[in-house]
Amino acid sequence: MATGELSIYNLVKFQAIPPDWPGGFWWHWLFFTVVVIGFVLTMVMGVIYIERRGMGRMQSRLGPNRTGPFGLLQPVADAIKVLLKENIVPVAADKIVHWLAPVIAFAPALMIFAVIPFENGALLADLNIGILYVVAISSVSTVGIFMAGWGSSNKYSLLGAMRNVAAVVSYEIPLVLAIVGVVLIAGSLSLNQMVVAQDIPFILLQPLGFLLFFTAGCAEINRSPFDLMEADSEIVAGFHTEYSGMKFAMFYLVEYAEAVAISAIITTLFLGGWRGPLLPPWLWFIVKVMLVFFAMVWTRTTLPRIRIDQLMAFAWKFLLPMSLLNLFITALQVLADWPTQLIWAMIIVNFAVMAIIILIWSRFFFRLGWGRIEV
Amino acid sequence: MAVRTEPFVLNMGPVHPSTHGVFRMRATLDGEVVIDIEPVFGYLHRGIEKLAEQRTYTGITPLTDRLDYISSMSNNLAYCLAVEKLAGIKVPERAEYIRVIMAELQRIAALLIAVGAFLNDCGAYFTPFLYMFRERERIVDLFEMVSGQRLTYNYMRAGGVSQDLPEEFMPALRKFMDMMPRFMDEYDRLLMQNEILIARAKGVGILTGEQAINCSVSGPVLRASGVNWDIRKADPYSIYDQFDFDIPTQATGDCYDRYRQRVEEMRQSLRIIRQAMEQLPSGPVRAELPQLIRPPTGEAYARIEAPKGELGFYLVSDNSIAPYRCHIRPPSLINLTALRDMVRGWKVADLIIIFGSIDITVGEIDR
Repeated sequence: MATGELSIYNLVKFQAIPPDWPGGFWWHWLFFTVVVIGFVLTMVMGVIYIERRGMGRMQSRLGPNRTGPFGLLQPVADAIKVLLKENIVPVAADKIVHWLAPVIAFAPALMIFAVIPFENGALLADLNIGILYVVAISSVSTVGIFMAGWGSSNKYSLLGAMRNVAAVVSYEIPLVLAIVGVVLIAGSLSLNQMVVAQDIPFILLQPLGFLLFFTAGCAEINRSPFDLMEADSEIVAGFHTEYSGMKFAMFYLVEYAEAVAISAIITTLFLGGWRGPLLPPWLWFIVKVMLVFFAMVWTRTTLPRIRIDQLMAFAWKFLLPMSLLNLFITALQVLADWPTQLIWAMIIVNFAVMAIIILIWSRFFFRLGWGRIEV
Repeated sequence: MAVRTEPFVLNMGPVHPSTHGVFRMRATLDGEVVIDIEPVFGYLHRGIEKLAEQRTYTGITPLTDRLDYISSMSNNLAYCLAVEKLAGIKVPERAEYIRVIMAELQRIAALLIAVGAFLNDCGAYFTPFLYMFRERERIVDLFEMVSGQRLTYNYMRAGGVSQDLPEEFMPALRKFMDMMPRFMDEYDRLLMQNEILIARAKGVGILTGEQAINCSVSGPVLRASGVNWDIRKADPYSIYDQFDFDIPTQATGDCYDRYRQRVEEMRQSLRIIRQAMEQLPSGPVRAELPQLIRPPTGEAYARIEAPKGELGFYLVSDNSIAPYRCHIRPPSLINLTALRDMVRGWKVADLIIIFGSIDITVGEIDR
């Protein structure tokens, strides 16, 4: 565990390549940069396949099944198709901003994976402030998306981008507060350390935190039912209405890379990361990420979309008080040393607390349909 | 500090995922709030009313298929009723029953699309829509058995229907009738009590009964506003006075009520079909008519309760083989006139679902 002063050598821990190799530091970076990019790209293809086939099943149709065995090559075919498309830039667009937006949106989505452990210690940079880094970096994508909305000089794009900024700013807070509960129990901000601390998955100790994080995470990356920024039935395609070809492919990639990132963070924080019996750790990690993503697909196929004012009200009047209560209760439990002493009592109490709080709050304090809120 | 803002115009359509065809709205927005809208249509104009003046009375039926192309049977029925009224043709009893069965099946098929598209507009990503398409396919299969077509059926004729039901039709219909109530329950379980759907649709886009009557709105939209007006009861045509069914109405007239109203109407249609199946007599399905109908000079207006509302055909005859004038009263167009009053002050997202809850087909608006 890296401790002490905040210098680059303290921040980075060498595991995959022994540090006594000549230039070990750089070999490690090179190796894991390749791994991370390969992982993100293949996972994106995997989740696109899961999404399309899973949605097909849920909607009583087949989904893509013609390209390769079981349609496995469909994402490849999609990618090739979209790359061969013409790159169209609107005349009135701000050319530089329009060009730069997908780049700025994509880089942070990739950077998140730098601190996510695939196995014990197998990660690009074991930052001792890992989760803080994730929270900080993941917000940068919003800048790219707003640039896309503004630079396209299209009203649908602008509406989508405005919605996205509003959503991200609001949902960041419950998201972070849900993380703090985990940090309190794990006693570390390093993602690797958090996984090491999970002798039982934190979803059992933090059920409410998990739900809050999942919900706020879905809103953060604009998955349904919070997919207002690209609500196809309302504002056509939102911020990427005016994008085509490679640039559109980049936004498509960002969308799914962020979904994988949120799934990976949920896996790491709440589901025990790479830990699990029998199977190799990296396989456990991938399986769990896929499962979390499948839950997102499930909500997408089932739920209608909420409105922008309801989205805001939901963040500030439901998720925020919930996450504060969750934090308060967790802090008390940590203070009383429950996570080490009374772990089973903590599981039971926390599940009961979750059920009661959600029930009371959703009955008496906040309902989605309570009137119109001006934003 | 007050931020100075100014409204902007958003041009929705004619190519937009939720305009249900080539329909265009010029929406004036203040941020997300809709200040005003101006519907623009005419993108699908084919001059059906004018074309009808060049055709024989039988030759117009295929044109009516292309009005509201998701409820062709109802259009055929309305047109044939007008011709029969004009020429004084008596329809055999079996044909009347077959027509009722077809019209009610068509109502279910069209309302399934209306409800599915509405839920899709609410953002339930295609799942309810495709569920409902699954059942609609079965209805379309039934129509294919009788007419050989899956979209533009051209099945009804002045004086009856084009041909008798094939042998395999009644067993297939019986099977469908056994399955359908279960599927209807499935839709209800999926979304009827969904918190998000209620939050989105309840209290949104309220159309009061008075407003609805003033705009001469008809069909499910009118009945969702609490007005008990259904032409099947109010001015019975064909043999609707022989069946036992209710006219459901809702109280407030918001989007959720319009959704509920359509679901209820599907259940009532099932009741009518069940009765018509049991009472179906044998006999001829077409009146003996000359090949070219020459109605006496005069005019006739026939109206039916189509899935979307009152569908009327006004025909003027000058004793030739083609009508002198054919005017169509499309329910979609008249219902659309209420849109502006309903959307003012709501958000863009509401505009879409209010528009979806009216349920229009552009083929009928533009004719």
